[in-house]
Amino acid sequence: MKSLKVLSPCGILGYGFPDSSFAAGLNDRPDAIVVDAGSTDAGPHKLGAKTAIVSRMAAKKDLKRIILGGWELKIPVIIGSAGGSGGKSHVEWTLDIIEEILRENPTVRPKTAIIWADIPNEEILTKLSQGKVKALDATVLPLDAQILQETTGVVAQMGVEPILKVLSQGADLIVCGRAYDPAPFAAVGVNAGFDPALSYHLGKVLECGALCCNPGTTKDCMMGVLYEDCFEVYPCDRKRKCTTLSVAAHTFYEKDHPYLLHGPGIEMDLSHCTFTQIGENRVRVQGSCMEATDPYWIKLEGARKVAYRTFVVAGVRDPLLISKIEEVEDLVRQSVVEQYQDIDESLYTINFLNYGKNGVMGALEPNDQAGHELCVVFEVLANTQDLASSLCSSVRSTFMHYGYEGRKSTAGNLAFPFAPSDVNFGAVYEFSVYHLMEVEDPSALFPSQWWEKGGR
Amino acid sequence: MDRLVDLAQMLRSKNSGPFLITLDVFFSEEETYRRVFESGVITASNICRLYHLKESELCGIYFFDAALGIKITYHRSVSSGSCGDSDVYGAQQHAPLMELLIP
Repeated sequence: MKSLKVLSPCGILGYGFPDSSFAAGLNDRPDAIVVDAGSTDAGPHKLGAKTAIVSRMAAKKDLKRIILGGWELKIPVIIGSAGGSGGKSHVEWTLDIIEEILRENPTVRPKTAIIWADIPNEEILTKLSQGKVKALDATVLPLDAQILQETTGVVAQMGVEPILKVLSQGADLIVCGRAYDPAPFAAVGVNAGFDPALSYHLGKVLECGALCCNPGTTKDCMMGVLYEDCFEVYPCDRKRKCTTLSVAAHTFYEKDHPYLLHGPGIEMDLSHCTFTQIGENRVRVQGSCMEATDPYWIKLEGARKVAYRTFVVAGVRDPLLISKIEEVEDLVRQSVVEQYQDIDESLYTINFLNYGKNGVMGALEPNDQAGHELCVVFEVLANTQDLASSLCSSVRSTFMHYGYEGRKSTAGNLAFPFAPSDVNFGAVYEFSVYHLMEVEDPSALFPSQWWEKGGR
Repeated sequence: MDRLVDLAQMLRSKNSGPFLITLDVFFSEEETYRRVFESGVITASNICRLYHLKESELCGIYFFDAALGIKITYHRSVSSGSCGDSDVYGAQQHAPLMELLIP
C-alpha cells in the first residue's frame, strides 16, 4: 500500500527534542522532516519588535540536528514560520544560523529555497479600497493607511501552494516565512499525491510535536504516516502513547470551533472523523473532509507599538490592607494623578494586578475570596519609557507609605522581593492587523527564491 | 451532583488566535459525556453568568460527539499580550468551569 512518512521533531523549532527520539524517528525512514517554528501564542511583541521566540543557541541546536538528519537520509526538510513570526527579519535570523551550520559542516550542501511572507502595505491598501479585506473572528479591528504605517510589518500565512512549487523543483531545505501551521506538513503529502484533506489534518496534528500524546509535550518527536484513505500518528519515544482521546483532543486545540477549521483557501470539516486505536501507542484517523473556498482568503498579521511599561512586583501580608486592597489602590492612583497635574492624564495608565485575589482572571473571576497574602503587580504604561519609569517610581513610593483609613502598620505597606524594585520593561505591542485578505493567486504574495549559500 | 472537573478527563483553556479564548472539556466515557450533555448545565446563560460575559461576547458552545468533547469559545476583553491582558496564552481561564455541578 502506498504510504508516506513525515517526521515532526518538536512543536516549535528551538524547543528541543531528545536525541534518542529523533534517532528512532530517522530509523523509521521518514520521507520528510517538517518543523513549525512559529506561533502567535506569545503575543504581538515578537512580530512587532522583530525578535525571535527562542534563543539563537536553542534554534541552532535543533536546526543542526534536523538539517544533518535530512541530509543523511536525502529527504526534504521544511521549516514553517521561520524565526517565530515569519517576517523578513525572522527569516534572515534563521538563514544566518543555517549559514553557520553549513560552514561548520562543509559537506552538507542542501539546495535551499526561501519563501517570503511579507505583504507590502500598498498591496493591502489596494485590497482595502476594493473591499477585499475583512476583520477576523468577529472583531471590529479597524484598518487604514495610518494603522498600516504604525505597524512594523505585515506578514500573511501561506498555504501549501508556494511550498509545492519549490518542493516539486527538488528543494532539500525550505525556509518558509509565516505559514499556516499545518501547511508545510500538508505540502509534503499533497506533493506526493495524497488526499489534501488528510494531508492538512495530519499537519494539524503534527505541528505541535508530541503534544497530541499522553503524556503530551511540544519537546518530543512525532511521526505521521499518510495512506490513501487515512493517516496514522505515533510518538517516536516509547514512553509516550497516542490515544484516541489525545489525538481527538488535539484536533480541538487552539481552534474556536471543534470540527470546522479555516486555513488559507480552505475549510476543513472534521465532523465525520473517526479515531481508532492501533496497538498501544498509535492512532488511525479517517474521514477528514476539506473544501477549497472561493474566494481564497489569506490571514494577515501585524503589530504596532502602543506604550512603554515600567512595573513592580510586591507582596502584601497585612490582613487590614488585603481587606481593602482595591480601595487603597484607587487612592494611590488618584494621589499620583494629583502629584503630576502638569502631565496630561491621557499620556499614561496605572494598573494593578492582585494575585491571590483576581490577578489571573480580573473582572471575569467568579470567586471574590482573597488569600492570606497577595502578590501585587503594578505597572505604568506611558508614551515614553522615561515617563513610565518616573511615574511608576511615584506609584511605588506612594503605595509603600500610603496612610489608608484604619492602618496599624505605619512603617510600610509592601514587601519587595527585589532591590531595585522597579523594572523598565520596554515597548508594549498590540496586534493591529489581524484580517483576512482576498487573493486571486495563492502563491503571488509569497515569492520564493533559491538561496545563493545553499547547494545546487 | 458531581463537579465537572471530577467527571472530565481533560479540561483546559487556551487562546484561539489573539482575540478569542476557547475552553475544552473531554470525557473518556460516552456515558459521562451524555450525562453532562443531557444535564442542560452547559448553556449560554450559565456560562455567561459564570464568566461574567455578555451573550454577545460568547461565540458558541459546541458538543462534538465523535470526540466526546465540549468546546466553549468567547471573546477576550483585551487581545493577547497587549496592555491590560493578564493571561497572554489564555491558559489559566478554565478554573471556574471545573466547579460547575452536574446532576
